[in-house]
This record gives sequence, structure tokens and C-alpha cells, in this order.
Amino acid sequence: MSKYDKITVNTLGRAVPQIINGRESVPFLGVGKYKPTGRKYAPPISTCADYPADGNKVVASLREALIRCGLKDGMTISTHHHFRNGDLVANQIFDIAAEIGAKELTWAPSASFECHSPLIKYLDNGTIHHIEGSMNGALGRHTSVGGMQGMGILRSHGGRYQAIQDGDLHVDIAVIAAPTADFFGNATGDRGAAACGLLGFAMADSQYADKVIVVTDNLVPFPCIPWQIHGNYVDYVVVMDKIGIPEKIISGTTEITKSPDRLLLAEMTAQFCDEAGIVRDGFSFQAGAGGTALSIGIYFAEMLRKRGMKARFARGGSNKYLVSMLEEGLVDYILDGQTFDLEGVRSMRENSNHVNTSPFTSYNYHGKGNFASMVDVVILGATEVDVNFNANVVTHSDGYLLHGIGGWMNCLFSKCVILPIPLFRDRMPVIRDEVTTICGPGELIDVIVTERGIAINPLRTDLIDKLKGSSLPVKTIHQLKDEAERICGKPALPELSDEFIAAIKWVDGTVIDAVRKVIKS
Amino acid sequence: MATRVTTGNKGKGVRSDCALTLEITSEGGINIELISKVKVLYGESIRKLCSEILAFYGIEHASLTVEDSGALDFVISARLEAAIRQLTGDKKEYLPAILPQNTYQTTRDRYRFSRLYLPGNTPSLMINAGIHKPNGIILDLEDAVAVTKKPEARFLVRNALRALDFYGAERMVRINQVPAGLEDLDYIIPHNVNLILVPKCESAEQISRVNLRIAELKAQHNIPGNVWLMPIIESAMGVLKALEIAQSENVVALAIGLEDYTADLGTRRTNEGTESFFARSMVVNACKAAGIQAIDSVFSDVADTEALKENVLRSKALGFDGMGCIHPRQIRVIHDNFAPDDAEIEKAGKIVHAFIEAGEKGLGVVSLGTKMIDPPVVKRAQRTIDLAVSMGKLSTDWRNKLIESQNASNQ
Repeated sequence: MSKYDKITVNTLGRAVPQIINGRESVPFLGVGKYKPTGRKYAPPISTCADYPADGNKVVASLREALIRCGLKDGMTISTHHHFRNGDLVANQIFDIAAEIGAKELTWAPSASFECHSPLIKYLDNGTIHHIEGSMNGALGRHTSVGGMQGMGILRSHGGRYQAIQDGDLHVDIAVIAAPTADFFGNATGDRGAAACGLLGFAMADSQYADKVIVVTDNLVPFPCIPWQIHGNYVDYVVVMDKIGIPEKIISGTTEITKSPDRLLLAEMTAQFCDEAGIVRDGFSFQAGAGGTALSIGIYFAEMLRKRGMKARFARGGSNKYLVSMLEEGLVDYILDGQTFDLEGVRSMRENSNHVNTSPFTSYNYHGKGNFASMVDVVILGATEVDVNFNANVVTHSDGYLLHGIGGWMNCLFSKCVILPIPLFRDRMPVIRDEVTTICGPGELIDVIVTERGIAINPLRTDLIDKLKGSSLPVKTIHQLKDEAERICGKPALPELSDEFIAAIKWVDGTVIDAVRKVIKS
Repeated sequence: MATRVTTGNKGKGVRSDCALTLEITSEGGINIELISKVKVLYGESIRKLCSEILAFYGIEHASLTVEDSGALDFVISARLEAAIRQLTGDKKEYLPAILPQNTYQTTRDRYRFSRLYLPGNTPSLMINAGIHKPNGIILDLEDAVAVTKKPEARFLVRNALRALDFYGAERMVRINQVPAGLEDLDYIIPHNVNLILVPKCESAEQISRVNLRIAELKAQHNIPGNVWLMPIIESAMGVLKALEIAQSENVVALAIGLEDYTADLGTRRTNEGTESFFARSMVVNACKAAGIQAIDSVFSDVADTEALKENVLRSKALGFDGMGCIHPRQIRVIHDNFAPDDAEIEKAGKIVHAFIEAGEKGLGVVSLGTKMIDPPVVKRAQRTIDLAVSMGKLSTDWRNKLIESQNASNQ
């Protein structure tokens, strides 16, 4: 089976394959243009006759569970990324698979991290055929130079739910690491040594996989309350010493920035939202986990406090700053997709207004609406933006695939999408003639905030009108690009191979772009 | 003479800089090894620049290693020039083009609330300094540069003066203490510096020497316009000589440096500043007597903006006109609190309005109520208004609003 076949050009003018890893796929047709037909995918029907009447589904080891699930060549195994860089389970699955001699597996994580770099050896020896999810850091680098047998597939969080629900991504075995579980398979993420808050990213896996294994290091007597994952979906329960490294689960980008440049970006963004009339009583917002995004939340909080207003809801990733807004009464609800720190975990456990959500409620595009489109303003990042406001989050300007999509694509449906980004990063201009990879079409991206000027998408005449006479430095995107190139010099284009190594799927499952192999220099 | 030298910086946390190792050889042509995170985008352009510079100095055989963390061209060329000149003793200068937006002059009495110190050998801190809108940016060749790095910092500061956008901030350099600092001037004066800070100043004689050297360089390079001086008083002797220093030619402000001053007194610096009250008052009084600005010391606890605010208010109350800062986060606090408050703005508005009205009516004398207003008062009020407008504390059509409110209260 070839990695891909039948190259075509989609409506954004990007060359993409129509056959990927042997499966037909639809090229991107435009936002909201692809209409799915048929019925949702369904897993096989089970019967209680095949499960212990006493409810005890515990087996001796992960190896035994995988064997009982019928692990064999060509299967797809899924994991979730709620443990972020502290995950101890995914690597073990493939250690076992390699021992058993299973080949050509597909790994379908909801995201990958640096801790998963040991899996490179299984890409090399054929245990893993390809990854559908994200390829971050070393995995991405390896994929970029052609280190994966099959074609990588990147999806957004919502796109992953959509793909599993629609049957585009069939999961044979879902392995759900759970900080606390009972012997029946009921599981929760809000307590236990590896507490990560919630398990929303594993929900689709539990509902649609043929077989489901819950792995825990904190087995409690039935019932495990709350049951974020229902034991009724679960085939086997495995108990092990340690499923995650707590300090790495609560990781990284969760402190507000001390960088004066980023603080300035945050301040400009908050002021923009204010002048655009977005910050008002009852508004809603979502800001990611990066330091700049967190700081914007702090500026919002200040404005609300001063004016005696409050936000109706904030979408998580939650963190201590968002939690303190909730506790201070500056926001009514946190609708949370993942918790980024221990305060987030605590709040979710203790506060009924801190609600756990899943990609189904928040992001799934093949549903009867989702939360993302109801949010008044969302603050996101990007590695590159082009003069048509198309943005890239997965590759760097040198062509390397280094990041996943996360919920980024799904959030583009918010009423106002703002990308606060530095005009250049260590001499790399962020605003380009053309992005290396399109992850979001420009029509959905409203505002680019840089430290040297703010560009509003010409489609948003309403925002342009509101910002007339503003003290903020509103410029055109071309002016920003020229300024970056004046400072940094005009960048050369990377020399990329004609060969594709990964496909980027839009929220509806169509192929918006494909990533090319990097020619090593 | 050495044949191999290393300049610049590399390692963890170093960004927008490069480390160069240059070895001049006798044969083999030019070999450039480039290790760079932006190699794909700028590798060719970096090689071309380095080749050009080597050719400019007539070097035909050399091996050059560039370890680059995203340095801009003006940084790379400063590093390479420093290396070449250390090895060859050549005096020729390889100058980047001066940005047209960097050619402005500043006036003697412009506002100097904030001046941001930047270490003269750390490019990453320079690149975005101007966007934080300090009144002045100081490229520091003195305490913020390690002794061994001083020679190469001069090239970087010179190139920054030419190629770095200051976004309208007053372009300042702190030279080393006189007499060593006099040599720094050669690298600075021909590149449109607006103001020189003279550290650890203890006499008018030191300022004369600086003025003399500047005058020589201006004549030599045919430079019009003024280069202002801001001596820094940092010792007991400096405090006692403050008046003669303040009255020296081209001096537009005195700054006080309290770390060195308290060390000189043999005491410790406190937030309350009792130990430096005399010195601060002396400096303020010397400045006011000489008709120049008094600038307070930096506040070193970057994280504590509340304490900074108190410090600024105390400073303003003592008569200071501005303060140094060591982090962009301090600029806003300094501006907001040195800036005229609402009462000052209101009063200034009435004065300027009365002045314009008098002009329109053809009256020679301006009065407000029963009080006559002198021209310097009008001038000061106009500056207060300009400043309030530029800081967003007053709208551009403030006069219409004032007239409206006066009409409303008359009805």
C-alpha cells in the first residue's frame, strides 16, 4: 500500500492526496461546504453474558489485556493526552506490541508529547505504521524527514471526535489511562496521584472503540464517583504502579508571562477587545495555555472587576488564573476541556460551576452545533500567518512538522478570532507571503496582534469601523509583513521534497493541506 | 599577534546573537561554517554578509565559524568587525546603513520621564526596546558590560545606533567613566546619538573633557546638531560638585546613581531613601538652579510595581523630573506617575485656552481671572497639554470640550 495517491488541488489551491494510507478522503471544499451523509459509525454490540457478573474486569497486566483484546497486525490503538508530557502508558503499549510481534499498527493519540519520542524506534522497525493524531517535537522531526512508513494524519480535537464518530478513524483498542477507577471500569481524572482533571479526550474512544482498556494506579471500590468514563463501555481494567508523572502532567506554559514583549501583546489584545466592544457584561472567552494568552485573561479580569461586570462563561484549558476569576465571581462558569494545573484540578473536583466538557460538546463539527462557535472571543497562537490571513500551527518556516493542532481549528468558529503573535521570533518573520502549511483558512481569522501593529481582516468591516480613531496601531497585514522583512531581511523559502509525509484534516474531515518531506541540509 | 579570536555570545538563554570564531590563515581561501536555527531562511544571506565583510577588510584566507541564535545583520557584522579588528588592528569601519527614521534630533527640554537601560552587548534586549515607548533608550557601555566584552560592545552599540529602530525614543549611550570613556565617544558620536550619560561624574572638568572630545569629533565628521549630556552623580564628591556640573555646557539633566552613592557613604540603600535625601535634594536644587532636569536613580525591584509607584511619587514630590528604568515593565508606572495629574492638566488647559483666546482677540496680555500669566507659564502649560494628549490622558479636541463645559456652566 502506498502512503498516498491521486494528488488534487483543493479550493485553497493546495495540493493534497485523495487517497491516504489506502483510504479515500475528500479534499477541502470550503468552510461549511462538505455535507456528510449516512449514519454514524457504531462499535459491535456486546452482551453482559461475556462479562463477569460481579463487575470485576481487572486482569493481571496490560499485556494480558492487550492480548485478550486480540491485538494483531494492522490494528489501531488509541490513547489520550490528558497526562501531557507525563504519560507513562502509551510507550508501554507499543513495547508490548513489539514483544508480541505485532506489525503495522496505527497509533491514534489525541496528542503526542516529547515523552513519546521512544516510539520512534517502533516507527523505524515497522511496529507502528503511522500516527493519526499529532506528531510533536522529535516525533514530528522524524516524520518530517520521512521516518514514518505511512502518512501521518493530523486532526484537531474536534476533528478527532468527528473522525471516530463518522468511522473515518476506526479504533480497535482504546487504552484509557485513568487517575482513579473501579474494577468495573468507571473512571475519573479529578483525583488520584496522576490527577489530570478530566478525561474528555478519551470519551469518543470509550464510546466507539471495539475494545476498551482502562489502566489505573488508583483502584477504588465500586463505585468510582464521578464516573467521567462509564464502565459500561470498558472491557478490561489494569492496575499498575504508576501511570503518569504528576509534575509533568501539570506542565509548562501555565504561568503568566514575565516577558515584557508578550505582556505588551496581551495588553494590546485586551485593549483591542475592549475597543471592539467584546468585553461586556455576560460575554464569553477562551484563551489557550500560553503565557501571553493567560495574561490576556488577567487584563480581562481587571476590566470586569473595575466595571462591576462578569463573563458568563470561559472555555478552558483551565488554570489557577481562570479558577481565581471563577472564585471571585468574575465569571459564572468554566467549561473546561483540559486542566493545566493543580488549581484547575482542585476546582473541577470541588466547584460544580467548573464543568468538564469533551470534544463532542465543544468542538465536534458533525454534531447539532457545538460550544466553540458560541464563544465571543478566542485568543490563539500560530507559527505563521500569510497576507490572506491563512494561518499555520503545525509546521515551522523551515518546513519541519513540530506541533499538533489541538483545539485550534475548532476555535476558529468563535465570533472573533484573535492571534496575538510576535512579528518575528529570533529573526523568523511570522507574517509571510504564503504559509508553509494551511491549518486555518483566512476567512475565519479576524485579527492579528503584533507588538508593531494590529491587522484586521478586511472581511471584518465591523471591527475595522469600531477601531477607527483608536490609539492602537492598526495597520494592514502587508504593512506588517514589510516591517518584519525590513527588520529581519527577506527570508528564503525552504527547499522541500515533492513527497508528502502528513495530511492536515479540516474539522469536517476534508484534507485542507498536506505536509512535505524536508530535505535535510 | 594572535591568529584566532572569538567574539559574541552563545549558549543557553542567548537569543538574537551569534558567537564567531575567526582564524586568519595563510592559504585555503575563505571557509565559513554556519550553525544556525534560521539556516534554512537566512543561511545564504548570512554567508554572503560574512564574505562581504571579510573582503572589505581584504582578508582572503580565513576560517570562520558562526554559531547563530537568530542574530540580525547589524549584530553579525558588529561581531565580525570586532573579531577582524582585534586580529588585524585595522581601523576601518564596516558600517550598516543608518535608518532614515533614526536621524532625528532632540530638544534640550524634551520630557525625560523614563530612560531604559539596555546592556550594550546584549542584542536580544535591544530589538524590541523601542516598542515599549520609553522617553529615552540607553545603550550602556559601562556597568552592564563585562570588562572583557567592552571592546566588542562598542561595535554593537555603534551598529545599533544606525540600524535599530528607536521608535522615537531619545537615543542615549552611557560611556565608561572619564577618562576611559572618552575613547567610547569615537564609536558613538558620528552615529546620531542624542545624549551621552557620563557616569561617576565628580567635576565640571570631566564634562569639559567630554565636550571637547565631542566637539573634535563633530568637526572631524562634519556633524551638525547638539549632543546633550546627562552626567550621573554617584559619589559624595559628585553631590558636593553638583552645581558646577549642572551648569556645564550641553548638560540638560543630572541623574543620580544611588547604588554607588550609598556605597561611597558606607551605608545601605533603603526603599525609604533617608540616607540619600540630602544627595537627592542637592541634585534637584543644583538642577533647578541651573535650569535643567533632575533625574532620579533606577528602582531595582522589577517585580514590585507598587513599591516603584510609591518611589516615583516620592521622587516627583522631591522635584525630580524623571527616573531610570531597568525593565520595560517599569516604563508605564513611571510615565503614569510622573505625568501631570488631572488637576495639573485642568489648570494647564485653562491657561492655554486663555492664551489662544487672547491671541484671537488681539490682546497682548494673557490673563486668567484676575491673574496675569507670564509667557514661561504658558509654555509650560502647553507642554503639559501636549504631553497629556500624547499619553491619552486628554483628547485632541480638549479645547472644544472646555468651551462646551464653560458655556454650560455660564448658562
